[in-house]
Amino acid sequence: MIEAIDLQLIVAVQQGLPIASRPYALIAEQLDLDEAEVIERLSKLKQQGLIKRLGVIVKHRRLGYQSNAMVVFNIPDALVKQMGQQISQFQFINLCYQRPRHGEQWPYNLFCMIHGKSREKVLQQLSYLIANCALEDYAHDILFSRRCFKQRGALYFPLTTITA
Amino acid sequence: MLSFLHQQLLNDYQQDFPLSPTPYLDIANTLGVTEEEVLAAFSALAEQDFISRIGPIIQPNQLGISTLVAMAIPEADMSKVADIVSQYPEVNHNYEREHRFNLWFVLIARDQPHLANVIEQIERQTGFKTMQLPLLEDYFINLGFQLDLDSKAEAILVSA
Repeated sequence: MIEAIDLQLIVAVQQGLPIASRPYALIAEQLDLDEAEVIERLSKLKQQGLIKRLGVIVKHRRLGYQSNAMVVFNIPDALVKQMGQQISQFQFINLCYQRPRHGEQWPYNLFCMIHGKSREKVLQQLSYLIANCALEDYAHDILFSRRCFKQRGALYFPLTTITA
Repeated sequence: MLSFLHQQLLNDYQQDFPLSPTPYLDIANTLGVTEEEVLAAFSALAEQDFISRIGPIIQPNQLGISTLVAMAIPEADMSKVADIVSQYPEVNHNYEREHRFNLWFVLIARDQPHLANVIEQIERQTGFKTMQLPLLEDYFINLGFQLDLDSKAEAILVSA
């Protein structure tokens, strides 16, 4: 179980670290902790893997990566782990997850994300991926993004739940 | 103009932002510039919306529970349904995609009943069914987004 202080700390840093000389001291002040404790707790959370990474969260669309595609495959269960690990090695792959299938309407169980500067580039990278991982025999689909309605980091959680 | 310093800040500090009392000074020392220059460059990147923030990415399902959700929405209803979905504080990354399943978002809740409740509310309020695709396994290890910042990205910054 996560300590209440750690949860408050995560909620505070999720708003973004202040761009100021002593950002952790400013966070500490908000939470009535001291700076050293904030740094120590964040380091521990990162070491434990609860914080997967700490750093700059870029807006890829603004940086010229206009084309974002979710690519999905139907991989036999016995091979999905191996394929997932293999796909994750490619530089242009940003995420790679196994998720459940939903019958005929959604037969895909392996999901990955490709961010590219153009649609053509993303399609090229997908062809390269398929050829190099011998994925030709498995059904796949590509879902390019259209509008982005909301892009915001996870908020843990609605604030009412942390005081409990 | 996206300077070399901007590029370094964007590429080199996605994973391990310094956990020290003076992280911006540490970055400045590593890159051979002043703390003021680093603070100014990060402020500019944030103001011009090239970064959303400097912060943590939380491992999925370690705190609370999350799921990817897809919905198949007729074109004419899309804006209305997307707006309803976006209003939930439990929703992030709400995208339209090219597919019969054309609305995709991530839901994060504190536990399973909370999650089920939000899904039920969304289905009732929009009148459309959802398909839930929770994460079973994460294969991705190489974290962060490696940017290839060429002249195109610079052109965008100039026009910003």
